[in-house]
Formats: sequence, structure tokens, C-alpha cells
Amino acid sequence: MQQTRSVEIGTGLFVLLGVGALFFLTTQTTGGDDFSADEIYTMEARFENIGSLRTRAPVAMSGVTIGRVTSIRFDPVTLEAVVQFVIDSQFDQIPDDSDASILTSGILGSQYIGLRAGGSDTYFEDGGEVMFTQSAILLENLIGKFLVNSGSKDED
Amino acid sequence: MTSVVRDLFNTSVEFVRTFGAFQLFSLRVLRHSPEVLLGRFGLVVKQVFNTGALSLVIIMVCGLFVGGVLGLQGYSNLARFNAEDSIGVFAAFGLIKELGPVITALLFAGRAGTALASEIGLMKATDQLSAMEMMAVNPVPRVLVPRFLGGVIAMPLLVAVFSMIGLFGTHLVAVELLSVDVGAFWQQIQITVDMEDINEGIIKSIVFGVAASMIAVWEGYNAVPTAEGVGRATTRTVVITAIAVLVFDFMITAVMI
Amino acid sequence: MLCYAVAEGTYVRQGPQKKQTMKQLDDSSHNLIEIRNLKFSRGHRVIFKGLDLDIKRGEVTAFMGPSGTGKTTLLRLITRQLIPEEGTIHIGGIDIATLNMAELYRLRQRFGMLFQNGALLTDLNVFENVAFPLREHTKLTNRLIRHVVLTKLHAVGLRGAADMLPSELSGGMARRVALARAMVMDPDILIYDEPFVGLDPISMGVIVRLVRRMNDTLGITSIIVSHDVAEVSTVADCSFLISGGKVAASGSPDELRTAKSELVRQFMHGMADGPVAFHYQAPDYEEQLLGRDAE
Repeated sequence: MQQTRSVEIGTGLFVLLGVGALFFLTTQTTGGDDFSADEIYTMEARFENIGSLRTRAPVAMSGVTIGRVTSIRFDPVTLEAVVQFVIDSQFDQIPDDSDASILTSGILGSQYIGLRAGGSDTYFEDGGEVMFTQSAILLENLIGKFLVNSGSKDED
Repeated sequence: MTSVVRDLFNTSVEFVRTFGAFQLFSLRVLRHSPEVLLGRFGLVVKQVFNTGALSLVIIMVCGLFVGGVLGLQGYSNLARFNAEDSIGVFAAFGLIKELGPVITALLFAGRAGTALASEIGLMKATDQLSAMEMMAVNPVPRVLVPRFLGGVIAMPLLVAVFSMIGLFGTHLVAVELLSVDVGAFWQQIQITVDMEDINEGIIKSIVFGVAASMIAVWEGYNAVPTAEGVGRATTRTVVITAIAVLVFDFMITAVMI
Repeated sequence: MLCYAVAEGTYVRQGPQKKQTMKQLDDSSHNLIEIRNLKFSRGHRVIFKGLDLDIKRGEVTAFMGPSGTGKTTLLRLITRQLIPEEGTIHIGGIDIATLNMAELYRLRQRFGMLFQNGALLTDLNVFENVAFPLREHTKLTNRLIRHVVLTKLHAVGLRGAADMLPSELSGGMARRVALARAMVMDPDILIYDEPFVGLDPISMGVIVRLVRRMNDTLGITSIIVSHDVAEVSTVADCSFLISGGKVAASGSPDELRTAKSELVRQFMHGMADGPVAFHYQAPDYEEQLLGRDAE
């Protein structure tokens, strides 16, 4: 009986450790759990350029994640990127003139959508579209601008 | 010349026959699996201990060092681009999707697979399986299935332990030794690694678990019942498992990407 | 006490009916096992070419013969671990070739078999080894199992070894434990495969006595495969000498010892040369040594 007891304890410890490791991997290495909501509503935004934005990227307001990008497609008529995202329904009082821009977390970090509050009395609704958008800032463009600017300064 | 052709033909036929026999054997084991899982779970638990818990030490030690190596290699390469912060991502992807499942499966073949094959082979060589038959006990559900299921259950858990310990190994090297920022290290991992990546690792570990356990059980059960035969069966277990694991790894990776 | 191999063709049996398998073994007939015209070969090697023999209920029957004559194969055929190419084997009136898996397993529960080296399950201790058939086939309470197992272990004198592992037992002890295990389901037929090989004289004496006692007190039919002439002579009621794929001679040990057949005499008295040649087949000695091949 002593032998089966130690087998049982060993097996128990092993399984606990294994499940614990699995739990650790799923929760600690993925960022997937910082947004979860029971009820959501869907919004759309059009960008001239989305940079390297991906689906599942966060949608943040004042730095707090309130939603997540669900799909990205290209509109062949307007030649713009159409980004669809969902927002937690508890944040249902976002002014409908708020603007969306694509921002980067850190220098080499991944990109996300940042919402900046407007001043309107009406709010975002399910299926609505963000009117004011600002495209991703591309590092290459930035450097290009900087060079052009510094060049023109020299000429002055 | 004709004898060479005939030999080649015979060898191919024999290969196909063995392969077919393996499939039929697998079906037999799988068919008995539900009843054993439900009716004789105690036997399975004992084998989870034998294959899983007893492999834990080698898995953890190897995981720690593999993670450490990833840290060193990653650092020396990423530092050239000033991207040391991404070292965690580099290690996490490598461990969770590839190295974790593959190395664990190979270690499993060496530690647990050989133990299974030689144990079953010895039971055969010492007439224990015949004795069971004579006691009207079918050795497939009594001996083979619990060992197979034990391996299948143990493998994903071992892979998870390996990946986790590996990440800690990278953490030790990168953060403690090479002074990469802790926050950046883990944050980058969390931003980049998706549930899909972990699922890929889990799928691989389950497939490898089934393959490695089935091969070990098959080799043991079909060992020539002599000391030499058992020895050869254990060798074949490692070789065949290694090939099968890497082939499956390639196929799964190709499908998942 | 006389027994004999039945002459070929003198025996007529009706085709087996399916229902037979469902009922108990036919207890009325005199012969428990009847083998007719058994043929079997391994690869190209013919092992049996038309073997006929009867095993009587309640007796100790021995199969003897030189090594490699297929005595163990015969046991495996009787227990249907192997299937004959031709011929029939009836056990208690049932043709075992007609049994399906479940029926075969039910039949095997009436068998107890003692393997050459015991074949104890290495991962279970002595007690659990003996309890194994009970745990697999019955729903007895732990108390009852304990009672039965200790009784059987006591009968072979190893009640004190119940907690030992098979690896800790001597060869003789392992065989006695295996005997206890073979008896634990109260079988009708006990089969011993080379029970005397590799035992010291004391253990040998113990096994010989146990075999005889089991047979007489429990009314079991025993089959022994062995080439230890002396030991077999002390326990067997009837021996079959198997050679060349057939029954070469049969009878009580005394009858065999006084038989005129050269083969029987060679075997019973352990003579080096005779019908079973000392020399393995080889080219002519003189020729090979002085060698035209050597040129």
C-alpha cells in the first residue's frame, strides 16, 4: 500500500505541475486575456494607411484597453483600409466625434488603435463609423520628412 | 541481378506489411482505450506516473538548459540590431511552437519509450503475456492500453513543463545575466504570443504523445522474445519515434502556418 | 493403469454443434482431451504430422521427448495459443477450433497453467499475482480474495512470502507461487510446462509432491511437459513419448522403461547415441578432414 501511495502522490504532483505549466503558458505569455467582455458593439474606421496593425490588436482610450480589432480589409472603391473593431458595451458613452489613430507601443512594439475623446453629445453606436481618423505614422516617412525639413532649413 | 530485384521487392512488401500490421495494432489499442479509460483508470494513473512523473527530472533539466541556450544565442544575434528586448519573443516562439514539443518527444522516446518497449518486451520474453492469455485476461487492454494512454496523457503535460521551465531558463540568462529589462522581456512575449501559438504546441504535443507511445508499445509487443530481441526493440523505438516526430512536426507546421 | 494412443481412423465423432460451447464441459466422458490427426509446422519445419492422443480425466499425463520435438508447442495448441493446420482438438467434448474469443476465454478459465519460469507479473507482489485472476474475473470482496489467496499460498507453503516481489524469489519459490496462481480459480485442468527444469533437488521434491497432491485431492486433470525421466516417473500415471511429430510410445512409466523400442530405450535411459543421433547431419567425416574441398 505504501508503494501505491507514493505513486499516487507522485502522479498527483506531476499532473498538477503539468496543468500549472499549461496555465502559466496560456495566461502569462499571451496578451489575450486583458480584454474580455460579455457584451460588445462593433465599430468601423477607415484609414489611409494602417501600418502593421493586425487583428486582435487592442483598441485603447487614454491608454486603457476597451476593445479589440476584429477584422481588417481593403475597400477597392475608396482605396482605403477598413478596420472593424469591437468595444465593451459598458463604454457606451464615447462621443461620436472622437477620433481614432494608429499608434505604436514602444519604439519597436506592436501597433494599436488609440481613441481620443471628442466633445459631441451623441455617442458611438453599434455598426457606426469613426469619422476622424489618423493613419499610422511610418518610420520611413518620418525620417524622410525630417531629412527634407533639415535640408530646407539649411537653405534658409 | 534478378535476385537483387527480388530482394528489393520482398523488402518493400515486408515494409508495407509491417506498416499495415502497425495500423491494425493501433486500431486494436484505440478500440480498447475508452473502456480502459472509464473502467480501469487506476492502471492508467500508474502509467502516467511511470512515463510522466519519472521523466520529469530529465525534462526540467533539459528545458532549463535549452531555454538558457536560446537566451545566449538570441542575445548575441539580437544585440546587433539593438533588439535585445525581443529576446523573450524569440525564445517563447521557439519553445512553445517547436523546441518544446519536439525535444520533449525525443527525450520521452529515450526515457519513457525505451522503458515501455523493454518492459513489454520482457513481459513477453518471460511468458507473462502468455500467462495472462492463459488466465483468460486479454493483455491488450490490461497491459498495452494503460501504457499507451499513460504516455498520451503525460506528453502534453511534459511539453508544458518543458516550455515553462525553458522560458525561465531564458529569463535567467537574459534578465539576470545579460541585464535585459524584465518588463520588456515579458511584455514583448505577452504582446506577440497568441493563443493560436500555444494551441499549435498543444496539438503537436498530443500528436507526438500518441505517436511515441504507440510506437513504444508496438515495438515492445512485437519484440523477438529474447534478450537480444528486447534490446533491438528499444533501439528501434528511439529511432522510429525520432523519425515519426520530426515528420509529423513538419506536416503540422506546414498546415498551421 | 494403462493408456494408449488411439489408432488412426478408429474414432468417429459427430460434427460439433454451436450450442455445445455454451454449456459446461461434458463431464461424463472418460477422456477429457482428445487430439486427432494433428498437423502443425513452423515455417518449413514440420513439428506434428498426424498426432493422436487422449488424456484421461483425473490422471497425471506426461508428454516426454527429446528437446525440439514440440512438447511446448503441443501445450500451446491444446490451449489454442496456436492453431493447428489440420486435425481437431476436443476438450470435454468441445472442438476448441469452433470457439470465438469470449468462449475461448471462458474455457481458459477452466485451465491453470504453470510456465517454465513461473511467468509471474513482475510489477505485482506475490499476493497480487495470486489474486490477479480473481480480481480480473470475479467481483469478490477484498476480504474474500485475501482469504482465498492466503489459502492457496499456504498450500504451496509460501504464505509468509505474500509481500515479496517476484524478483526477490528463488526459482523454486517463483514456481510455487505460479502454481498457487494457477490453482486460484479452481481449474479442471492444470498444465505444467517443464516444471522441474533448473531446480535444486529439494525444490524439485516439493514440486513433485505438490503436483501429485493437487491432482489427487482436488480431482484435477494434470498435464506435464518434461524431459526429466526420473521425476516424471514418480508422478505420471501415463506418459506419451513424442518424437518425429508423432506419439512414439505411450504407457505408464514402468511400461515405457521396459519397452523394446530403441528410441524409447534411448530416451528413458539417457543413451548418447541411438535413433536420435549424437551427430548432427554433416558430410562424411573422413572426407571433410582429408578434404577434397580444401584444395
